[in-house]
Amino acid sequence: MKQSTASKHPVLETRGLTVRFGGHVAVNSVSCAFSSGSLTAIVGPNGAGKTTYFNLISGQIPATSGEVFLHGENISGLSVAMRSRRGLGRAFQLTNLFPFLTVQENVRIAVQARAGIGADIIGMWNKHVELIDKANMILEQVALTSQAYTQARALPHGDQRKLEVGLMLALEPEVFMFDEPTAGMSVDEVPVILDLIKKIKDQGNRTLLLVEHKMDVVRELADRIIVLHNGCLVADGDPETVIASDIVQEAYLGAAPDKSKEAKK
Amino acid sequence: MLNKLLSWDLPRSKVLAAILLVIFLGLLLTPLAGDKAMGAGAKICIFIILVASFDLLLGYTGILSFAHTMFFGIGAYGVAMISVEPGEHWWALGPGWGSIFLGIIVAVVLSTLIALFISAFSLRVRTMYFAMITLSVSAAVQTLAMRSTEITGGEDGINFTVPDLLSPLYTFADSIELFGQKVEFTGAFIMYYVVFIVALVLFLFVLRIVNSPFGRVLQAIRDNEFRAAAIGYRVVLYRAASSVLGAIIATLAGCMYALFLRYQGPEATMGFGIMMDILFMVVIGGMATIYGAVIGATLMLIAQNYLQDLMKIVQSDVSGIPFVSGLLHPDRWLLWMGILFIIVVYNFPWGIVGKLRMRALGIE
Repeated sequence: MKQSTASKHPVLETRGLTVRFGGHVAVNSVSCAFSSGSLTAIVGPNGAGKTTYFNLISGQIPATSGEVFLHGENISGLSVAMRSRRGLGRAFQLTNLFPFLTVQENVRIAVQARAGIGADIIGMWNKHVELIDKANMILEQVALTSQAYTQARALPHGDQRKLEVGLMLALEPEVFMFDEPTAGMSVDEVPVILDLIKKIKDQGNRTLLLVEHKMDVVRELADRIIVLHNGCLVADGDPETVIASDIVQEAYLGAAPDKSKEAKK
Repeated sequence: MLNKLLSWDLPRSKVLAAILLVIFLGLLLTPLAGDKAMGAGAKICIFIILVASFDLLLGYTGILSFAHTMFFGIGAYGVAMISVEPGEHWWALGPGWGSIFLGIIVAVVLSTLIALFISAFSLRVRTMYFAMITLSVSAAVQTLAMRSTEITGGEDGINFTVPDLLSPLYTFADSIELFGQKVEFTGAFIMYYVVFIVALVLFLFVLRIVNSPFGRVLQAIRDNEFRAAAIGYRVVLYRAASSVLGAIIATLAGCMYALFLRYQGPEATMGFGIMMDILFMVVIGGMATIYGAVIGATLMLIAQNYLQDLMKIVQSDVSGIPFVSGLLHPDRWLLWMGILFIIVVYNFPWGIVGKLRMRALGIE
């Protein structure tokens, strides 16, 4: 399945994206395009380079070679902050919050980033009612309303994961990058996040990338699966075909021991 | 109204509110208690600002800058150098309001440029390296100030005169007798209230900064700069803006200090001891609270000014006992300050304000 968008350029595209850490090639010349309204699951064993691939796209790690394009524009030279402003949203695999701010403040700081009022030093943080309303709305979506005034560091793990996703929602990005959003969540919390992902997908004009280990989740959500193995893109196609393919059975679903840890942020 | 002035960042503890009110009223009425009290009061007002602006950097932005007293010194030199008698130097304009304003402007511009320079070269690096760079820049500037005898008066510093209205020689009302104290209504009295009002306004300004959208971004950067960048904030720019704001406020505090003392020398504002003092004040008062600056500065300066007096009294009572009397000798006051500091840090890791707020919330 190749890209099927009407617009000239895919929303997001990587061309020959490569990063080397010393002699180790963590991501090896990955070229892939992602179109609007679709959810692409990125699967592969631990250490396959999935998170590193995300880091290259969102800019946390500079690529050794290759480029990232957003709407056909080369954004490889932009900083993390500038890529985020262009519409690349990212929820991290390891929870990455503002620990001493409250849950609501965490979301508000992201809402504010979107609103672009961060340079206001005289106005009152508390007086931007529309931002507070929006933050509260997002807290509702991620089922954290009751924890709004708790410091983020005091949240249980599952709630921190939800807040992690909430921060990305607040940015209203065009591209959503979920890195194992349900990892470590209790069974009853998982549907909250999955429903959210579905809702975003159903908007039809967003591009979603999802790194996920749970095959049932991938089956349920993904329109397309790409498989990374040792940093290389080894399979790309619709879920049923990819899951059934030998390479996935062997590389990922086989009883391969999860030994390698590198390239995990 | 009060809410608006305090930027909706209330003390959030009845005990803290009461202490702040006592300090506020105390500083408001200090000139009525004689010259020594007035000197101590003005120093407290000025240090509250200096410490609050330092807290903006350390507590709110997570930047440890040892150059803060350098900016304090630049402010003081700016006003002092321009106010000396004309003829000595081309830049000297003699005492006057114009000199003061020009001195303030020049000092603020210079501080801004230096703060930008330091930021541009070092804010990308880790906290510790930034601290070391600021340490070396500030040591260089301090040495420069001490050695450039021709320009800065070297170690002796600069004595200068202020406009008549602010001079102790000017009296605007007959002196009165209050609680056995003679209160003189001189220019120094007016100067005190100038310092008081400027300090109050700057304090409220800092309180507003930390409660503005900008201030919250600083806190986010302090908490997790990686994530702050990931949601689209240009971390380096925000840090630079914060260090420039801190530098400007410290500079203004320096201007006020020189005006009040009618003197500026390297040890008065730039010494490393003062840098340590404001670091202690922030930690004792409570980082990232701004009100901590009030508590920290007041407590430390009262101790510095009056601990020796207190010890003199206590020592005379125990002068017979050899070891104890030695321990309580007024020259040992720094020892007691140190012990006090350890006790406070050990018991209140979030500072006094942090402790009071936690207690108000019922968290022990």
